[in-house]
Amino acid sequence: MSVVLSVAGLTAGYGGLPVIENVTLDVEERSVSVVIGPNGAGKSTLLKSVIALTEIAAGSIRFGSVDITGAETSALVPLGICAVPQSRNVFPSLTVSENLDIGTYASPPRNRMETEQRILSLFPDLRDKLTQPAGELSGGQRQMLAIGRALMSDPKLLLLDEPTAGLSPAYLEKIFDLILDIRATGVTIVMVEQNARQALRIADMAHVLVNGRNFISGTGTKLLANEAVRRSFLGGAE
Amino acid sequence: MIEFINLYFIPALTLGSIYALGAVGISMIFGILRFAHFAHGDVMTVGAYGVLTAVWFIPLHPLLLMPFGAALAVAAALTVDRFFYKPLRKLPTIYTVISSFGVALIFRSLLQIFWGAGNEVYIRGITKPLVLFDTFRIAALHAEAILLTLLIAVALHYFLTRSRTGRAMRAVADEPELAAVAGLDTEKVIRATWIIGASLAAVAGVFAGMDTDVHPNLGWNLLLPMFAAAILGGIGKPMGAIAGGYIIGLAEELSTFNWIGDDALVSPSYKTAVGFVIMVALLIFRPQGLFRGRLL
Amino acid sequence: MELTGLVFYLIGFLIAGGIYAILCLALNIQWGMGGLFNAGIAGFFAVGAYASAIVTTQASDKHLGGFGLPIPLGLLAAAIVAGAAGWAVAKICVRLKSDYLAMASIGIAEILRLVIVNESWLTNGSLGISGIPRPLDGWVAGRGADVVFLASVWIVVLIVYVLSRRLHDSPWGRTLRAIRDNEQSARAAGKDIEWFKLQTFVIGCAIMGVAGGLSAHYFKFLSPSATEPLLVTFLVWVMLMAGGSGNNRGAVAGALGIWAIWSATEIFTNRLPPEIATRSSYIRMLLIGLLLQFVLQKFRSGLIPERSPPLRFDKE
Repeated sequence: MSVVLSVAGLTAGYGGLPVIENVTLDVEERSVSVVIGPNGAGKSTLLKSVIALTEIAAGSIRFGSVDITGAETSALVPLGICAVPQSRNVFPSLTVSENLDIGTYASPPRNRMETEQRILSLFPDLRDKLTQPAGELSGGQRQMLAIGRALMSDPKLLLLDEPTAGLSPAYLEKIFDLILDIRATGVTIVMVEQNARQALRIADMAHVLVNGRNFISGTGTKLLANEAVRRSFLGGAE
Repeated sequence: MIEFINLYFIPALTLGSIYALGAVGISMIFGILRFAHFAHGDVMTVGAYGVLTAVWFIPLHPLLLMPFGAALAVAAALTVDRFFYKPLRKLPTIYTVISSFGVALIFRSLLQIFWGAGNEVYIRGITKPLVLFDTFRIAALHAEAILLTLLIAVALHYFLTRSRTGRAMRAVADEPELAAVAGLDTEKVIRATWIIGASLAAVAGVFAGMDTDVHPNLGWNLLLPMFAAAILGGIGKPMGAIAGGYIIGLAEELSTFNWIGDDALVSPSYKTAVGFVIMVALLIFRPQGLFRGRLL
Repeated sequence: MELTGLVFYLIGFLIAGGIYAILCLALNIQWGMGGLFNAGIAGFFAVGAYASAIVTTQASDKHLGGFGLPIPLGLLAAAIVAGAAGWAVAKICVRLKSDYLAMASIGIAEILRLVIVNESWLTNGSLGISGIPRPLDGWVAGRGADVVFLASVWIVVLIVYVLSRRLHDSPWGRTLRAIRDNEQSARAAGKDIEWFKLQTFVIGCAIMGVAGGLSAHYFKFLSPSATEPLLVTFLVWVMLMAGGSGNNRGAVAGALGIWAIWSATEIFTNRLPPEIATRSSYIRMLLIGLLLQFVLQKFRSGLIPERSPPLRFDKE
């Protein structure tokens, strides 16, 4: 199994202040990697650094053999990296179908029709809303659309920043099932999550960040059983 | 009634057409580049002078020579973006606003240096108005302006909703950071914005020049009502800007009609203030405009 | 050029330079300290000029007048009227992004111009107001009066400078700069952003009105077409940017420096043959426009950059 994404000794933040320090992790091909930790631990910052939306003070990020540290954000989609930010992740005045279309501009999929059908079957809710402006969708539908847009270019690596944030329990289940479906199509997934327990259940690899630094890493099952992790993150709170 | 249509309503629609075309550019630039482009009026003037010069060399109707004006205006816009606006892009947008203020003066000075400060006309002599149904007298200019603007509006709508560049432009206007994350080429979108905005401004400039005279302050004098129109339509909503332009044009011209009694409702000397008053009302009560544009 | 001629040229230069310095200091309060973009400087300047003229001139059937009040009261009237106009603009725009304030300030300048030109009962329209008094009118005349006026202008410059300095170093000024640099944090700290910005704008406009008043008293005659309004607005912006925004000494230095360049090029182009001479004023404007772009890109903080005042912990 090859390493698709490799973060080494990364120190990054905003406005001259580092939020994460010396963070290191590797992501294997076709795996689901999960990043969890308390609020303010720097999980989102880590993800944003991969797509070059933060100031990087030290360390490197490699996508396969390509060094993408601090690259131009819009250059990443053609490389095969698609990200879904936590908020403001759809274009509100564009219709659902236009949103999906945008996903194909920077890196057209090999067979556009086939890809679109595949994604609409993953998100059947969107099928009858194609001409609706994305701003009118519910939170859960918006999340689906955001992920759908990212998948339209057949990416190799999918980055999700708290995909279940603010969603109803029904959608929560859907999203986690979805992630496994997406992995089945051969896409590598890196996910930042607040719902630690559920995230760990589907994770091949999990990384815990505390105060901007690596705390512990391991398979999902191993961390579920880990005492320190159970006490801090799994104590009933979901 | 006929008099109302001939002397007030049709000229109002003409003025509205000019405002509409200029406001579209302002709204787009506001929406995508996120700053108030104070030099947009002068881009109109550049376009007007481009066509004027072409008319001097090629004896055709100004409207046929429109591409020359558009080309000059687009070249001017892309040049100032490259050398003056782009270096300031990462800073708070107010710096670009200040820069555009300076660019306005630069454009005007260049026009005054090369073409002189006097008034010029496209066509000498008086042209006969069109007479429709034996009652409506419409100057050819009015008919041309209104029809061409409506055509452009339809074309613009199709461009924005059907073409890739159009959709990319709407996406960048909606969420610029997401657009970058989605891989859209922002610089290409910015270029397209300038090309469309400047071309439309050139058309507006030619109509304005045909309506009055071509002189260096042509566009600058129209800037305020065009800003009002852009805000009225909702920032970042080009079709809204077109509607806004017509509303402001109508308000301005029709305000001098004697709605009540014999005197004009608003004295003609204050006609140009009508747009400003509407803008103030908008800023107080509904800054997002009619079509709910962005508030920046 | 004979010596006395040179001296009196210099006096004229310094009077105009002083008035520009006041405008720059005012703009520095709005932009340098408050981050507010005022594109209607000429409007507040003009309205202050007319207010002072109306309040200090004798009765006339051509325009509102007959109050015959002393010049300091004229300047006070100028400050009040200009400040009120500034208040109206800022009140509407202050909670919106700065671009809107820029548009509205141009708008108000245009409205004020329309009122000045059209309301002849008030201002005698395009014909203007004449007979505006000078300080110490009955006592000195001719060249001597110019010297007196020079002194008056620079006394006002000094007052405005000291006032600006005090504002800058005060807690009020620090809050203002905090708002300018990071509005969100300041708001989170509980500061009433809109109120601060409003005050800033009004104070700046009032001072611009005073500058206008001084100009009216200098020329003794006032008309709407006396100065090209855009040029005034533009020159002041270039002066502040070049001299150092956020910085009072920079404001004065920029005013004098750019005014010197402007005047020098005027002397130069006056000696050119007439065909080129008319174009030359446009060439000068072009160069100033380019200078602004250059300063914006390279020297945004100006030649004399901002220096944060020491925090004083004695009684405030």
